[in-house]
Amino acid sequence: MSEGTEPGHHARRTPGKLSPEEVVHVAALARLALTDAEVELFTAQLRTVLDHAADVAALDLSHLAPTAHPLPVANALRPDEPRPSLDREEVLAAAPSVEDNRFRVPRIGAPAP
Amino acid sequence: MSDGTMGAVELAAAVRSGARSARAVTEEALAAVAARDDELHCFLRVLGDEALEQADAVDAAVARGQDPGPLAGVPVGLKDNLCTRGIPTTCASRILDGWRPPYDATVVRMLRQAGAIAVGKTNMDEFAMGSSTENSAFGPTRNPHGRDRVPGGSSGGSAAAVAAGFTPIGLGSDTGGSIRQPAALCGVVGMKPTYGRVSRYGLVAFASSLDQIGPFATTVEDAALLFDVIAGHDPLDSTSLPYPSPPTFESTGAGSEGVRVGVCTDLIDGCAPDVVARVREAADALSAAGAKVEEIRIPELAYGLSAYYLIAPAEASSNLARYDGVRYGLRVDAEDAAAMNTATRTAGFGAEVKRRIMLGTYALSAGYYDAYYAQAQRVRTLVLEAFARAYASCDVLLGATAPTTAFALGEKVDDPMAMYMNDVCTIPSNLAGHPALSVPFGTGGDGLPIGVQVLAPALAEGLLFQVARVVEAAAPSPAGGAGQ
Repeated sequence: MSEGTEPGHHARRTPGKLSPEEVVHVAALARLALTDAEVELFTAQLRTVLDHAADVAALDLSHLAPTAHPLPVANALRPDEPRPSLDREEVLAAAPSVEDNRFRVPRIGAPAP
Repeated sequence: MSDGTMGAVELAAAVRSGARSARAVTEEALAAVAARDDELHCFLRVLGDEALEQADAVDAAVARGQDPGPLAGVPVGLKDNLCTRGIPTTCASRILDGWRPPYDATVVRMLRQAGAIAVGKTNMDEFAMGSSTENSAFGPTRNPHGRDRVPGGSSGGSAAAVAAGFTPIGLGSDTGGSIRQPAALCGVVGMKPTYGRVSRYGLVAFASSLDQIGPFATTVEDAALLFDVIAGHDPLDSTSLPYPSPPTFESTGAGSEGVRVGVCTDLIDGCAPDVVARVREAADALSAAGAKVEEIRIPELAYGLSAYYLIAPAEASSNLARYDGVRYGLRVDAEDAAAMNTATRTAGFGAEVKRRIMLGTYALSAGYYDAYYAQAQRVRTLVLEAFARAYASCDVLLGATAPTTAFALGEKVDDPMAMYMNDVCTIPSNLAGHPALSVPFGTGGDGLPIGVQVLAPALAEGLLFQVARVVEAAAPSPAGGAGQ
């Protein structure tokens, strides 16, 4: 990983060349495991896309506000009234593993000592 | 299909009058799919029993003298990112293989109420990420106009099903051109409505600020008929526009007399010579029909592609975090929850989805957020302002839909950036939330269909259909016949 990308570092950085270490780091953040061959391939491919995006990164657009959403729609609110919701049986039937009307997952974190 | 030339308007009229039964129409569509879809692979799942049941309900309504709806008995293909209750909805991804949604998408419900018959779930690029339908985990769709060609994407299955004559209409979703580009490559009409016009409830999310559901059809009139059925406010989608959508169907024939058409050179330059020629001919046809045609430059649109390929992956990386092996879809077991998440996502997602998730995670990550994501959002403002200036002097814009005719299967699948370039003409309308439509207009020297794109400002779908119908009427040769 190039310096300055450690979690919590929020200073604006000038993008450099994406490194294989950064690809591995980003994949880990996204809960993806990559083979060595994939790291090499994705690094090259993502570099090409980011190189293309350099035209955008280089523009001075400080006078413009960012647009997160194309149309000016304000918060949509409705009265807080009880209504039928999804059928619990039907929802749980789609889960890989269920116990006592809950989604069952493997243990979270390290095993108890 | 013996009715391959019959559009949705004619079919619905025949069913509504009792001249034809919905069951017979549906049986013919299912027979055509059974006979020829092995070769094209438009469908991931054919809904035989469900379709016939729905057809019988339509026929029963006709027999009782009840209104069976404006799309009575019309077969429709549904892109497989539209939730269908109890019916597998995969997004062409292994991670959702076998998932049966516990609810229907609003558009699916509206189609049923309108009497349409869903005959199958159509193939697509995995999670709608792609421009060729080659990123489907279940194999590509082939273009009915040339079996060695891609149908475009990501809604390639719905587009090809219409082009092949399997269904007169279909639904797709368009995040960066995923309805319009396959429509162009398959020689059919495809339209992306204004953001918020059509409910996204039950559309599996890719990039939430860009995604919009829209129609495929063989004619502009059929597309308008389908649009009118699916458009309108939905309280289940918080981004749904909070007012009714005015009907467009009755006025598609109003012509283009006096309409100010801007031929946008930035949406033509760089396209293949045949594509450029067809757009120019379409402009001439509009001029001959009384439109005021002028050239216009909108150089800011050039930044759209880069901005899109930061914003869409960023939103995707967030939306696709939900596929963690806990509540639905694939789970690959491992010793703890985090390892299970990683094993599941690594096995369940294809290469393009992984690329986009990583690109988006990177663009949003500490230190790069301002340089990439926030900057791309400012470009979005730039594009919106540029469109606003253009629409001060024009009512609609004209350009190419795709830079080339359909390319060969395998040609671009290993070169993501070359694939992304397919979307260069369609992306600006997504960034702006504006409606746009691709209408077939002749062919290239290779005999493959070319689409001309009509763009309009927000909420101007009626005008879009009106202008497109003039272009359609002037098209040099029908792009149909692919299925015969």
